[in-house]
Amino acid sequence: MNRSSLPFWIGVSVFLLAAALMTQLISNEYPFFAIYGILQFVVLAVAWSILGGYAGYVNFGTSAFFGVGVYTAVFLSKALGAPLAAQIAAAAIVGAFLGFAVGLITLRMQGIFFSIATIALTIIIETTVTNWRFVGGAAGVQLQRPPVLPLFNSYVAMLFFVQAMLVVVAIAVARYIQISWIGRGLQALKDDELAAECTGVPTLRLKVMACVISGALMCAAGAPAAMYLQYADPSSAFNLNYSVSVLAMSLIGGTSHWSGPVIGAVLLGTTQQLLTVTISSEVNVLVLGVMLVLFVVAAPEGIIGLIRRARGARAGGEA
Amino acid sequence: MFSLDLLLDAVVLGVLLGCFYAAVSLGLSVSFGLLDVPHVAHPAFLVMASYGVFFLNDRFDIDPLLAGLLISPLLFVFGLITYRLYYETFERRGSDAAVRGIAFFFGIAFIIEVLIILQFGVDQQSVTASYIGKAWRIGGMRIPLRMLVAFAVAAALTIGLALYMSKTFMGRAIRAVAQDEEALRLMGANPVRIKQWAFGIATAVLGIAGALLIIVAPVEPTLDRAYIGRTFCIVVMAGLGSITGTLIAAIILGVAETIVLTTFGASWAPAISFAMLLGVLALRPQGLFGRRL
Repeated sequence: MNRSSLPFWIGVSVFLLAAALMTQLISNEYPFFAIYGILQFVVLAVAWSILGGYAGYVNFGTSAFFGVGVYTAVFLSKALGAPLAAQIAAAAIVGAFLGFAVGLITLRMQGIFFSIATIALTIIIETTVTNWRFVGGAAGVQLQRPPVLPLFNSYVAMLFFVQAMLVVVAIAVARYIQISWIGRGLQALKDDELAAECTGVPTLRLKVMACVISGALMCAAGAPAAMYLQYADPSSAFNLNYSVSVLAMSLIGGTSHWSGPVIGAVLLGTTQQLLTVTISSEVNVLVLGVMLVLFVVAAPEGIIGLIRRARGARAGGEA
Repeated sequence: MFSLDLLLDAVVLGVLLGCFYAAVSLGLSVSFGLLDVPHVAHPAFLVMASYGVFFLNDRFDIDPLLAGLLISPLLFVFGLITYRLYYETFERRGSDAAVRGIAFFFGIAFIIEVLIILQFGVDQQSVTASYIGKAWRIGGMRIPLRMLVAFAVAAALTIGLALYMSKTFMGRAIRAVAQDEEALRLMGANPVRIKQWAFGIATAVLGIAGALLIIVAPVEPTLDRAYIGRTFCIVVMAGLGSITGTLIAAIILGVAETIVLTTFGASWAPAISFAMLLGVLALRPQGLFGRRL
């Protein structure tokens, strides 16, 4: 395991180093602004896959976690003027608790009932925030960015680097889960929960654990978004589009390996950025829907599955 | 702050609203309740039907209810095709069908939303008919005529579907397929064709339901998101597949929504159906008149 871990950590270091170099060398804010959005989706998709991919529980509440992350940051910056790091840490903690609650839902609900329950949770939280005056209610709230750390040229560049670090954390966690006993346990309960329970897999503990980790990561990914946009309102922070985008990214990439959601998020995230800039955000959603349906119908294992099949076919041909 | 008069008002309006909710949930009661298809695109189909009605009303000045009837056959065919696609790609392949099925229907819902936006724009649209905008006064109460129309049509639709399910050969076959698909197969019937027919019926009913939706209030392309909660709440609360249960559950939701609306204000309304849904799923997952889960 240690030997195979080495290339991974080298890759991660190169990625972080490149991100750090970018913040020092590029003074134009726009690339950071654009890439930030993609990185944010990478974190969300990787975090989603921990529960949705490994354990097979389709969580439609990504927007709930994201929105709670955004509003934790809003609340802390309005009430206490807390720094970004504290906002993210607090969001992760709140997300863990919310994840715990979702984990308890899995006790009684599976399949579509679980999915609908997570949508329900999203709308209920959104409605509560909409009626919460302190954080702006339905009209939303404007935020003032605090002064940027002297290391960075601009605040957006700093947010970009922070999100890049979150990407590394999310991937490292997802990879660890995948190669450890946790991942094997989740895989077992995905295939047959009853059989897994009978053979001594602690299904409930694993499910709750997956929910907590996934939730904490998603909320953490949402926290910097408040400062990124300098504005937050319930209907966009809790927008169902986040849930469907993240679901589409994970399924398109493939959920059997941690790199699947990364590939999906980079691919779809980039496409969305390009489409939104060049055509319109409606077409962007259309492409999202079409890609989702196409992949679910034609390539159920996602891009990872296609690659594996291509490799398998080649190996079979040689042998 | 809460007088008896106000409560009475809320209950009457809630019952009317509830019957309307029943009409828009009937299709889901068949497709999800009886056939176990994770049809999250049902509300999107509903809104699509409403836009069809809007188009006929706006362009040719056809009465919305008649327009709803006119597009029903189209919807029926659309339902047949949708089910066939779902069956070939998910049900037949078996494993993992539920998970990817939900993703599939969500994708379809999104595609429909965007196509509506591209065709009709994001603005609210409404229809014109002689009974829209008028109201009846009964005692001190003012009841919008369109709610009464919706109530009457919804009740007729519910009774009609309930009769179809219990009296006709095809209706009984559909209930049989929900009970035991394997047994039906052994009797020499083809369960897939019966299910496809049922899904067609479930979608065709949306013609009238869509007409009611746009009669009761203006529609917008993303309206389907609010109705995911309402329709699934009603179908799950009813107990999967029960048509009369659907009517009762819908009335409960309608009354609850109206009461919350008058006491706490409109901004809390979206959460009610979802909160009730969560409550039902947690406490009584087989529903009030339930078959099984």
